[in-house]
Amino acid sequence: MQAEAPALELRGITKRFGPVVANDGIDFDLRQGEVHALLGENGAGKSTLMSILYGLYSPDEGEIRVNGEQARIDSPSRAIELGIGMVHQHFMLVPVMTVTENIVLGEEPMRGALLDVKEGARRVKELSDRYGLAVDPDAVIEQVSVGMQQRVEILKTLYRDARILILDEPTAVLTAQETNELFEVLRALKADGVSIVFISHKLNEVLAISDRVTVLRRGERIDTVPTDGATEQSLARLMVGRDVLLRVEKATGKPGEPVLEVEDLHVRDERGLEAVKGVSLQVREGEIVAIAGVDGNGQLELVQAIAGVRAPESGHVSIAEHEVTGRGVRATTEAGLAHIPEDRHLCGLVLDFTLAENLALREYRSPPISNHGLLSVGQMNERADTLLKEYDVRGGEPSTLASSLSGGNQQKVAVAREIASNPKLLIAHQPTRGLDVGAIEFVHGQLLKERDNSRGVLLVSLEFEEIRALADRILVIYEGRLVAEFPPEVSEEELGVAMTGGRGGGRAAA
Amino acid sequence: MSYGDEPGAVATTPASRLAGYLRGGGVIVPLLTTLLAFLAGGLVMLVTGSDPIATYEAIWKGTGLQWFFPWTTGGDRTLAASNLQQTLIITTPLILTGLAVAFAFRAGLFNIGGNGQYIVGSVAAVWVGSSFAGMPGFLHILLAVLAACAAGAFWAGIAGVLKATTGAHEVISTIMLNWIAVWVGIWLFSLDGPLQNEAQKSIPVSEDVVKGAKLPVFWGDPVLQGLHIGIFIALLAVVVFWVILNRSTTGFEVRAVGFNPEAARYSGMSVGKNYILVMAVCGLFAGLAGAMDVLGWQFRVATNDIQIAYFGFIGIAVALLGRNTAVGTVAAALLFGALISGTSQRNLDPTIFEPSLAGNLTYIIQGLVILIVSADVLVLGLIARGRGVFRRSRGAPPPAVAEAER
Repeated sequence: MQAEAPALELRGITKRFGPVVANDGIDFDLRQGEVHALLGENGAGKSTLMSILYGLYSPDEGEIRVNGEQARIDSPSRAIELGIGMVHQHFMLVPVMTVTENIVLGEEPMRGALLDVKEGARRVKELSDRYGLAVDPDAVIEQVSVGMQQRVEILKTLYRDARILILDEPTAVLTAQETNELFEVLRALKADGVSIVFISHKLNEVLAISDRVTVLRRGERIDTVPTDGATEQSLARLMVGRDVLLRVEKATGKPGEPVLEVEDLHVRDERGLEAVKGVSLQVREGEIVAIAGVDGNGQLELVQAIAGVRAPESGHVSIAEHEVTGRGVRATTEAGLAHIPEDRHLCGLVLDFTLAENLALREYRSPPISNHGLLSVGQMNERADTLLKEYDVRGGEPSTLASSLSGGNQQKVAVAREIASNPKLLIAHQPTRGLDVGAIEFVHGQLLKERDNSRGVLLVSLEFEEIRALADRILVIYEGRLVAEFPPEVSEEELGVAMTGGRGGGRAAA
Repeated sequence: MSYGDEPGAVATTPASRLAGYLRGGGVIVPLLTTLLAFLAGGLVMLVTGSDPIATYEAIWKGTGLQWFFPWTTGGDRTLAASNLQQTLIITTPLILTGLAVAFAFRAGLFNIGGNGQYIVGSVAAVWVGSSFAGMPGFLHILLAVLAACAAGAFWAGIAGVLKATTGAHEVISTIMLNWIAVWVGIWLFSLDGPLQNEAQKSIPVSEDVVKGAKLPVFWGDPVLQGLHIGIFIALLAVVVFWVILNRSTTGFEVRAVGFNPEAARYSGMSVGKNYILVMAVCGLFAGLAGAMDVLGWQFRVATNDIQIAYFGFIGIAVALLGRNTAVGTVAAALLFGALISGTSQRNLDPTIFEPSLAGNLTYIIQGLVILIVSADVLVLGLIARGRGVFRRSRGAPPPAVAEAER
């Protein structure tokens, strides 16, 4: 027994979502006054674990102890009572209110029946001075930087006397400078005895700030190691694992003419920041080119710019020798592009449409589905019937609403539609996200079949195994630039290091 | 996060969610809604000292709907026929303004501007209808109708263009456009206004629609405001509405944009263009409604008519109750048309219910219908959001909600 009980102890936490085991008997402990990093790929179960801790999900099995006492955390308010504070990836602030108002919201200091604004501002000032959390108490949230919004979120938890702080990918939205400032704050909090869980998949940051690291992979705890003595290589190995679960039979590709040429492409994201900073690449018919990278390094914007969903700032995109830069989705479709988007619910399917309608989304404007602007429902259903059988979509007829299918079958519908449009180039953006093993195999098989039919495939993925299994060439994207190119035989450690901005092997991409 | 976002649909626009709930309950929910509204209306009568059963019976007689029953004979049948003509005259524009709101709903838009579009349609119809006196009748009617449609489409199209180019919310812009339509209309026909009646210099009214431009009356006495052919034009519009929405590539795009603008964009549809098109089509329906009234039975527009015009607003209730479907819109328009005509001073038996109060009864029932329709939207909405709502705690929605709101 330790002299001092750990701030937090999780024992055998298991959480299932239907057949998916998001957390499988996870043990985790957080010592008083330490920064404990939780490391893992997307979908490894980090967020689920922390949501359980914060009372958003209840675990199916396992127990939680806070400061040595067994605790049942069934709501965020219970978590707050226990001194647990969480800063989410997406901030929960009221944009039109001031910093102080946001912080005191729900716990307002009162004088009689009136809000004591001065007292609120004073306490906020006191807290921010103590930990070096520079905020302007009177600034309106929508006018302050993302970094300051995050400091407000941290202050919100401290204002509620949090002694255990959970930060869910806190650096994902920050600039390098802001990240350094955040680390200063975390060190000050730690010096004051606050215990911190730091969720991340960026290896260098984990090494810089944490005392210990727990690595999760596919819902299981792989290991907990002290940060002293760990390296980017060793952590990447833990994070990815050596076993390749998915092995697809793959013959060597026979690349032919280029079907996609991207030249010095610059793209801005939703916030107006440059997300793609001069990317050039080529995809030839009969090859799968994979773009590997940690989420949020410009993949989405790159894909959107190629597909015509987002206009690039500068640069060129040509598909099968048609210049399509900034000409919109119809131009890229006509040039021969098919696109399986990242988020099938938001972009890939119209969930309130029937399967027949969803399958017609690419070709509703041309015969036989429509003639002179009039739809042929018969043709639409007939074609849907064929495709649903061909792509083994289960649980739906042409007239079934897409929303009633399971995720895997929904994705099959999206894949079927795109491949059936007979493209020259297929972009698959995280095509197996959230799918079960069977559906993953199916999608992988389809992508390889397309390659063998002399189509060019651009695969964007966060999964090491998927990339290794499918790609003929691997390009690594980091902070909007292609930083390395690898053959598919690359070791996972090497790839992992390159993806997280470390200086790995490989050769610099053209 | 691959686990957090797996269950449930993605929220798109509030209007498209609403449209989804509206089509959710089938035919039972709107029938219950109507019944509840009538029950509540009966309570109001009871409290204010009238006999609800006798009053409803009088209203029923006032609607003329008993004409459809073969056992209504003799003088009763003559009276019923005359009342039914009035009911259908009012149903005609309500079908069209209902379509104007329903079509927008299907694209995920709230068209609150039916009234303004109706007014500009009336103005255009009365202007064309009172000019070109020598024109052959059929051509003249066609021209006046087209002018009204174009005016309505243009008027609503402004809101569409604003939405597509600047993101201005169509609810705000259509409400504003309503007021502009009202005041421009009043200015046009007020004393010394540009379109004021030349012969009657002291009355703020338009010129009369010339004889050739009046819609033919096919049932009843043309002098005693018989039923004009506008009802068929409205029913034709319902068919057009259904075909566009369900059997055309345009409607396919409109519905895709309404359900999920992002997926529509990824499929190569222009969301902005669709917003403009949809609003223009809505305005066309509402403008047509104005033309039907002006060319069918009003034949002139006074500033007072513009001030009290409200058929565009009832269109919202019609669309809500009719669940934004073609058939539903016709049924709901008939219900409101019957209520309005059944409670009118002309049709309601004055010994049962004081005629000066009768019109207010319509408002009460309309209000109750809208209230109850909104309430069941609320209830369905709460059910749909399910546990997510109740689990939501201060400042910390579960990840699934946070993801959906991204």
